[in-house]
Amino acid sequence: MPTDPPTGQPVSTSRRDLLRLIGLTAGSAALYQAMTSLGYAAQSGYKGPIKLEGNPKGASVLILGAGLAGMTAALELRQAGYKVKVLEFNARAGGRNWSLRGGDTYTELGGATQKCEFAPGLYLNPGPWRIPYHHNGLLDYCKRLGVALEPFQQLNHNAFLHSSKAFDGKPRRVREVKTDFQGHTSELLAKAVKKGALDEQVTKEDQEILLVALRSWGALDKNYAYKAGDLTAEFRGYAKDPGGGLDAKPEPGEVIGLGDLLKSRLWLGLTSFALYEFQTTMFQPVGGMGRIGEAFAKKVGDLITYNARVTKIEQSDKGVTVSYEDTRKPGAMLKANADWCVCTIPLSILSQIDIAVSKPMKDAIAAVPYASSVKVGLQFKRRFWEEDEAIFGGISYTDLPIRQIGYPSTGYNTTGKGVLLGCYTWNGANSFELTAMSPQERVQRAVEFGAQIHPQYKTEFENGIAVAWHRSPFTLGCAGDWSDEARKQHYDNLCQIDGRIVLAGEHASYIPAWQEGAILSSLDAIERLHKRVLQG
Amino acid sequence: MRAFVLAGLGLLIASAACADPILSPTYRFSEQSGEAIYSNVCQACHMSKGEGAVGAGRYPALAKNENLRSGGYAVTLVLNGQKAMPPFKRLMTDGQVAAVVNYIRTHFGNAYTDTVSADDVKAAR
Repeated sequence: MPTDPPTGQPVSTSRRDLLRLIGLTAGSAALYQAMTSLGYAAQSGYKGPIKLEGNPKGASVLILGAGLAGMTAALELRQAGYKVKVLEFNARAGGRNWSLRGGDTYTELGGATQKCEFAPGLYLNPGPWRIPYHHNGLLDYCKRLGVALEPFQQLNHNAFLHSSKAFDGKPRRVREVKTDFQGHTSELLAKAVKKGALDEQVTKEDQEILLVALRSWGALDKNYAYKAGDLTAEFRGYAKDPGGGLDAKPEPGEVIGLGDLLKSRLWLGLTSFALYEFQTTMFQPVGGMGRIGEAFAKKVGDLITYNARVTKIEQSDKGVTVSYEDTRKPGAMLKANADWCVCTIPLSILSQIDIAVSKPMKDAIAAVPYASSVKVGLQFKRRFWEEDEAIFGGISYTDLPIRQIGYPSTGYNTTGKGVLLGCYTWNGANSFELTAMSPQERVQRAVEFGAQIHPQYKTEFENGIAVAWHRSPFTLGCAGDWSDEARKQHYDNLCQIDGRIVLAGEHASYIPAWQEGAILSSLDAIERLHKRVLQG
Repeated sequence: MRAFVLAGLGLLIASAACADPILSPTYRFSEQSGEAIYSNVCQACHMSKGEGAVGAGRYPALAKNENLRSGGYAVTLVLNGQKAMPPFKRLMTDGQVAAVVNYIRTHFGNAYTDTVSADDVKAAR
């Protein structure tokens, strides 16, 4: 569920910011190389349905956590002949794979309870909300479990890029920023070619081709100039669209000047559409991301004990014993035993649990801070973003504290109510500050800020719900926020089989905060565990 | 008279800082006083009275917390984080870290009167 770069000027040197800087200064080849070396762009590593061959001879496995990692393990290990049990803290399966729908209630740490008042069919995905086309493992489970998918619009050329400090706070369309940025930079590069500034780097023959390419890519005129007119309007859109009959002649709009465009920093938002993990085609389950967890639970729900708060994980050369509390009967301690244990408890929580593993693994468990993230869902009386602004799906990016407005990638062009993702933060000051507020205050702020981009908020807003992940009782944070140093020092130790215990989850992957990471980590863990079991 | 007006304004600002949540204009925190930093940042997990919270895991209570006896320990925690707690060294200045540590160590039933300075924080980075 990682977020995208805001259009402000973050001072963070996080990996994603670094990638953006590399991409902006050194071009896409350098970006790709950097991404590969940082573990992002490699193939997801899914090798097709797992084959756990060989008889485990009645061996038992206790799985801790019924999120996607835990339920993947449960499904496959039972299939392979293991006796499987799952302990889950929540009263539902799915973990961070979760959709809040009308009638649902959610109590965050601190005790605030929200009731979701969305109309039937509308939802907020507080956690993951999109699936890249290259997350092959997750896609395969969706196929096998019969979870219907539909396209998730990441890039909508008609959505907004917005800076409160540029263009008098008026949002610009993605298509305008993209076309104008490409056009101006193409014109500059063409000028440099014509002045001979690139003679040492580019052969004469290639310069000719480059000039043709720049005209094509940048919508330049025959003099290699980027100017308002019919040609640029074909890319960036019109002040008045072409019509039919009388008074139908189109009118091209003005282009944004290079200086204004550069200073606005709206070009930062374009990266969110360029990154590999956000490229088309992206997907979402029909009816909410939670449909995946629900589909898994149909297969393995009979194995799950809910409301189980794990307090201690012990192991000997004979087996594993896990102590847990039934949270419906506080103080009631129970024990579960098995030959082996797959533990998918988030490290934020596992680092506080008494667990009998080696010191290197304990150090690894304690080495990963959890990211801050806040999402707010807002219900409106009508789909004004479609009706008034012709925005069908996609995301607007802003430098305001809400950072993003996500438009529903479903139910297009219908009448009736709709729910927007009205805020999606990822780390940074505002994410913590929004978390420190009450849920009502978060919703109120999301409405106030969003109204700067869509004034219709003021009259169309009905109700909202806010999830701040550091207030989530079952994760104490959003996702493992690995630093490169911590990963170098601890990652392999985290993923080892320690006696009879192996860990899994997005935190034990190179795709942190994505569901694919949880699934691939789980498959890798149980494959190795199965080999160990067969070795006897 | 003038002094009275200023004092009144100060009170107004102080109460506003307490009641009105802040959203910083940049990636870094803009809050300066220990109280403002606590109520807009730390409170997210450690809660409004420093009572902490319990779910599948817990956020430790800062109220009456013996570990706060050492100011240096608190500074290290805020700078570098611990376990799941995120590090704040990139998001706060030395002065901000000192302010919030001094605030926590003198509130919520804690009464450690020795203060840490921005220089102490700088040295601990």
